Amino acid sequence: MIAPPPELPPRPAGDPPGHDLLEVALGPHHPSTHGVFRMNVILDGETVVKLTPVFGYLHRNHEKIAEHNSYLAAIPYTDRLDYICSMTNNWAYVLSVEKLAALAVPERAEYIRVIVGELTRLLNHACLAGFLLQDMGALGTPLMYAFREREKILDLFESLSGSRMMCNYLRFGGCRCDLPPGWLKQAAGVVAGFGPFLDHFEALLSENEILRARSQGVGVLPPDLAVNAGVTGPGLRASGVNYDIRKVDQYGLYKRFNFRVPLGGQGDVFDRYMVRILEMRESLKILDQALRDIPNGPVMDPKARLRNLRPKPGEAYGRIESPKGELGFYLVSDGGPNPWRYRVRPPSLVNLTVLEDMCLGHSIADVVIILGSIDIVLGEVDR
Amino acid sequence: MPTPEQIKERIAAAFPGAPVELVPNGSPAGQPSLLLEPGRARDIARFLRDDPELRFDYASNVTGVDWPERLEKPKPGEPAARKTPAFLEAVYHLYSMALGHGPLVIRLRTGDRAAHVTLPSLTPVWRSCEFQEREIFDLFGIIFDGHPDLRRLLMWDNFAGHPMRKDYAPARDPEAEP
Amino acid sequence: MLGRGILRGLVETWRNFQGSYYDPARLTTVQYPEEKLPPQENARTIPFLVYDGDDPMAGLRCTACSICAAECPAHCIHIVKDTAKKPDYLGKMQLQPKVFNIDMAVCMECGICAEVCPFDSIKMDHVFELSSSDPDMVLQKTDLAKSNDYFRKIHPTEAAAVDAARAAEQRKAQAKKEAVPGPSAV
Repeated sequence: MIAPPPELPPRPAGDPPGHDLLEVALGPHHPSTHGVFRMNVILDGETVVKLTPVFGYLHRNHEKIAEHNSYLAAIPYTDRLDYICSMTNNWAYVLSVEKLAALAVPERAEYIRVIVGELTRLLNHACLAGFLLQDMGALGTPLMYAFREREKILDLFESLSGSRMMCNYLRFGGCRCDLPPGWLKQAAGVVAGFGPFLDHFEALLSENEILRARSQGVGVLPPDLAVNAGVTGPGLRASGVNYDIRKVDQYGLYKRFNFRVPLGGQGDVFDRYMVRILEMRESLKILDQALRDIPNGPVMDPKARLRNLRPKPGEAYGRIESPKGELGFYLVSDGGPNPWRYRVRPPSLVNLTVLEDMCLGHSIADVVIILGSIDIVLGEVDR
Repeated sequence: MPTPEQIKERIAAAFPGAPVELVPNGSPAGQPSLLLEPGRARDIARFLRDDPELRFDYASNVTGVDWPERLEKPKPGEPAARKTPAFLEAVYHLYSMALGHGPLVIRLRTGDRAAHVTLPSLTPVWRSCEFQEREIFDLFGIIFDGHPDLRRLLMWDNFAGHPMRKDYAPARDPEAEP
Repeated sequence: MLGRGILRGLVETWRNFQGSYYDPARLTTVQYPEEKLPPQENARTIPFLVYDGDDPMAGLRCTACSICAAECPAHCIHIVKDTAKKPDYLGKMQLQPKVFNIDMAVCMECGICAEVCPFDSIKMDHVFELSSSDPDMVLQKTDLAKSNDYFRKIHPTEAAAVDAARAAEQRKAQAKKEAVPGPSAV
């Protein structure tokens, strides 16, 4: 059933009769809405006067499934939330379970988590840069160049965890298994090749006049609104707010790594794109340091139990800086083998709060680009 | 960051007559949360956001939790098993981007799970609650008073029922187990 | 100069275009199904049951403990224990499954069943060309059973480790049996 129509804004004064506002439903079957996502847009000519996002088409009630399954069984389901970044989804969830049950993680496992987490950030931002350019009309060339590099990272994930995207690799207390022989060398090769790829990618795009004309000044997000609306991740930092959970909470071993946090000046689409390119370069720095310093040792805490974990009654909220923003898991335990309440705090959903504010006054072509620059994945928005 | 106990004292000093309870957290690394009465909750939220030492300007996570009635084992000396109170809960995790501290966990509880399910909406204070409170309304049934656009978010508009409640039974069996 | 950015971009695309005639780094497409990339050793798709020896049903390692069925996140494994027992590789009598079904339409190929199995009896396969027009995707014990030789072929490192561990345990059990004096010894 269609949602009740939102209230129409008043007609402009002096408007000639017969000049109507047009309501368009963008989606849910749409190549540029990044999934099954609908926007009810009311247009005055080509200018947006109201935009209402509608979603829930991919709602699978992941939270209730997790309430009926054990803590271990929830991990493959977390892969399927933000299905592009499965390793960071796993990490946020196991971080919450470790907080809830006070589990320790060996040092080698923490290094592995940082390595796969930053590789995930590289592949997510490469995906986003490619898809954003496709939304702008670049017809797939930057997308395919980015995907060619992404394939190398997916091969790394397949040899490590068994699956390219649905990795199911991290566990509370460490990782499922150790790195296979030769993996570190292969990862170092991929990281070494990614820097020159970024140079070529930026040569292709960052000075491109069409990209700049379409994205500079479009979809500006003021920093006060961004903070109040709970926007996190590159979208927040593009508006100039210095808040990166890797630096604030220093979860995992991030305090050992030397990296900067890129910030944007205007908060427009171009800044959100450029912040992600710069974040990819910072991730390469972290990866170089982690691949160099990773120690030998066990990857699983010997006291951790995967089966029949029954944390004491209580609650915990664990959050990480996923490539899209703050991904948090809120777990409430009642002492039983299944969580009493399992909640995913999805960055994509909260970042969508400001979609309407950013799109008002722009043309409908810009709506697609602004949505692309927020970087949503419907698996996470709807769960 | 001031501890939850200290924040409780400051709220009590700023809002005399608005009871604030400290709810302990049984998990090992857990921090306690503050239970606010729904009456002055929005004013207290504004105080938490604007106070220069607290500056909780970012509401990160807004969750609903369903606590149905359960029978607790009788404590020694009591004759019969007690029934725990049944209510729905909205839990807010607050952080400060300006001062870089957090989290502070605040809770609001409804009267029961049937007739008294209204809570004040904190969307006028933090806009990040907008979609998350709509989701709690959709999946749990808490009505947020003062929310600008309280409609269902994930389920379709004519859907009946609140799926995340513990006593929700789907209309028909979705798939038979092998 | 207006257009400088676009020209720089065109240099990049020209580089890629002419490189696609000779540079292997540009030619990443595999012409499937005429060419196929071999799966990596650690890749996982659907589960299968390992059997030792020649007889699939008699050599099945599975003892119907049902830990995989209990831990499966999708609840797609259905096991019914048999009343008859059979000896395992150490000579101990173990139960066996009468029915062992996995509904592949539900299985999400996560590998948790293989991770929790205490008997190294359920492992993850490499097959992914599973399209069929038959809507019934429940695989039974007979469909799932594949030999240890097949396991060694697709996962050589893991199979070698499992075989070495089992051989070590067999030697230990044999040594314990020989150390205990038999009834005929004086």
